[in-house]
Amino acid sequence: MNGPLVALFGTCLVDMFRPSIGLSAIALLQRAGCRVAFPEAQTCCGQPMFNGGDLKHTRELAKRHIDLLAGYDYVVIPSGSCGGMIRVHYPQLFEVGDPWHAKALDLSRRSFELVSFLVDVMKLDRVDAEFPHRVTYHDSCSGLRELGIKAQPRKLLASVRGLQLVEMDQAETCCGFGGAFSLKFPDISTRLADDKLASARAAEPEAILGGDLGCLLHLAGRLSREGSDTRVYHVAEVLADAADIPPINGLPRNPPEPAKPKLD
Amino acid sequence: MKFSPIEFRSQAEAALRDDTLQAALKRARSGFVDKRAKAVAALPEFELLRAEASAIRADALNRLPTLLEEFEAGVIAAGGQVHWAIDAAEARKIVLDIARCHESCRIAKGKSMVAEEIGLNPALEDAGINVVETDLGEYIIQLAQEPPSHIVAPAIHKTREQVAALFARHHERAELLTELTGIPELVDEARRVLRETFLSADVGITGANFLVADSGSTVLVTNEGNGDLCSTLPKTHIVLAGIEKVVPSMTEVSTLLRVLARSATGQPLTTYTSVFTGPRRAGEDFGPEEFHVVLVDNGRAAMLGSEFRDMLRCIRCGACMNHCPVYGAIGGHAYGWVYPGPMGQVLTPWLLGPERAPDLAHACTMNGHCAQVCPVGIPLPDLIRAMRVREHESHVNHVAERWVFRQWAWWAKRPRLYGWALRKKARWLRRLARPGGALRKLPVWSGWFRSRDLPTPQGRTLRDLMREKLRGSQ
Ligand code: SF4
Repeated sequence: MNGPLVALFGTCLVDMFRPSIGLSAIALLQRAGCRVAFPEAQTCCGQPMFNGGDLKHTRELAKRHIDLLAGYDYVVIPSGSCGGMIRVHYPQLFEVGDPWHAKALDLSRRSFELVSFLVDVMKLDRVDAEFPHRVTYHDSCSGLRELGIKAQPRKLLASVRGLQLVEMDQAETCCGFGGAFSLKFPDISTRLADDKLASARAAEPEAILGGDLGCLLHLAGRLSREGSDTRVYHVAEVLADAADIPPINGLPRNPPEPAKPKLD
Repeated sequence: MKFSPIEFRSQAEAALRDDTLQAALKRARSGFVDKRAKAVAALPEFELLRAEASAIRADALNRLPTLLEEFEAGVIAAGGQVHWAIDAAEARKIVLDIARCHESCRIAKGKSMVAEEIGLNPALEDAGINVVETDLGEYIIQLAQEPPSHIVAPAIHKTREQVAALFARHHERAELLTELTGIPELVDEARRVLRETFLSADVGITGANFLVADSGSTVLVTNEGNGDLCSTLPKTHIVLAGIEKVVPSMTEVSTLLRVLARSATGQPLTTYTSVFTGPRRAGEDFGPEEFHVVLVDNGRAAMLGSEFRDMLRCIRCGACMNHCPVYGAIGGHAYGWVYPGPMGQVLTPWLLGPERAPDLAHACTMNGHCAQVCPVGIPLPDLIRAMRVREHESHVNHVAERWVFRQWAWWAKRPRLYGWALRKKARWLRRLARPGGALRKLPVWSGWFRSRDLPTPQGRTLRDLMREKLRGSQ
């Protein structure tokens, strides 16, 4: 195989909560003809410290990952916000003229969020997957506004057999997660989740899909608390034909089985 | 009603529970957002215009001292006077001195955010001067003794019924409660009362949307025409403006007006655009005898030299708050001061000091919608984040948070330990979860668990699965 060499940056939430998203991403990349590597020393991209105003520690983590991710043709991230961190914010961390700035820019140019990478770089226009459900799609803010991800997931979802995408009217409205915001201002955060879910519900979906596990944990957590049976999946799981596992919000009563995404 | 930025949390919580406010917010929000969207869609070159407006404002800030001097010379040449106020106290004193030397007993005031910023009304009232707000929204909240909750629509949080009740009480006509059923009736009632004010006021005070350097003019937009009446009927006209408001000429103003109105209310142009240049000249029938411009610094010059410089581009259109989900959920009063929403989350901690508004910069999800709509391209989320950096560096933020970041970074620099910790945490969370379902509660993150479950980790961490896979393929 001589496709591009792609490093998967899994993100800490995927690593710990839902590795099936990472495995789905790998499957999708491989099917698109990429050689995929998983640099084992990857940890956290530094986004929490960055948004918390702690630039010292952000820079330390950024430098680690800039070095770690050198030497790959591309770096692919199954998250719009971590993708935005590496692609948009890493270069902002260093002064122009600082060698780290040049390195960060180089990494930025090679880094992509998963679905936009598949569509914009690998020119994928369909996937081989089936998900016979009515779904709605949440455009996570960082992906949408920092990386311009809007049409790409829809394009690939349109090729999923049996899937019916019904847009909600507030698809582009923030779900209220916001990382530390969700812990610092739980009441506002929950109100925004409820507004988002009300809009989603009006589309009467069986499942809500999105591209950022942070937002999805927040929405799934709210749905779970309310006892709703609307399921939440990461878009990569659906596109990789791996959404036959319990959704992010879990299944009432059924113990979730360990993830077994299909790998080629 | 008193609000304070330090009470942001409790004010926000109260706002979430206030059903009347919630209804008003919902209505206002969709109104503003839809109207702007329509106006933008109708103007294909809007994005170009936005870029042009950003460049105009950025350029004006680069030349601020020169433009201000030019403006001052222009005002003087037109027969007016310019006063420089370094801070709020000085600005209040200047206005009071002008008002006093006219022994005025009545001031007709147009809407001015700077006047709110410097706390002008209480100062005037303390001096025994009768100030009447003439902008309908400002008039309403003046009667209610509340601060504005939106920079464009100060009484947006009030329902029609609440306004009718206010008028009935303050105009001492109980019948208004039943008579004032529609917006036109409310407007007529306010107009009836305000007309007397215009005719009897000795001094008119207005704000300014722009200061025009080459002519010494001030430009004001209103939808009610009250600004014109405040400026032309009384003997003295005082214009209050922040020093950042100056632009080179009317050419720039015309571009800015096009984005301002569309961004604020979805109008192609605001109903009244008034240009004031000096006092009444010989042979003119209208206009004040005296024309004063009070230029207020109050932290702006310092901002110009800081990383928050871009904030001074702001033309006070309100689009950022109209599109902010947090503002939409809690309304303007929760922010506790004059400037609500994203622009306030930068301005308030800057102008008052972060220790007096420690929560504001954090009450943001970084969704970026504000920056997407800001007509002058202010990178609001970046500035809000920069405010967090400032707080972090000056140790204003919480000790616990600093500790968490330090810990987190320590682990994240040690991949093996980090991997071990993730594995442990995933297992631990799975053990605590109810079978098949999500976590209901943990001894930490009480904020999260108050209203949400935490989805349970699937089991193995991604790094462990990958290591195994590699081993398997060897
Ligand atoms: S920051 Fe931008 S969007 Fe907000 S009020 Fe100022 S000009 Fe308008």
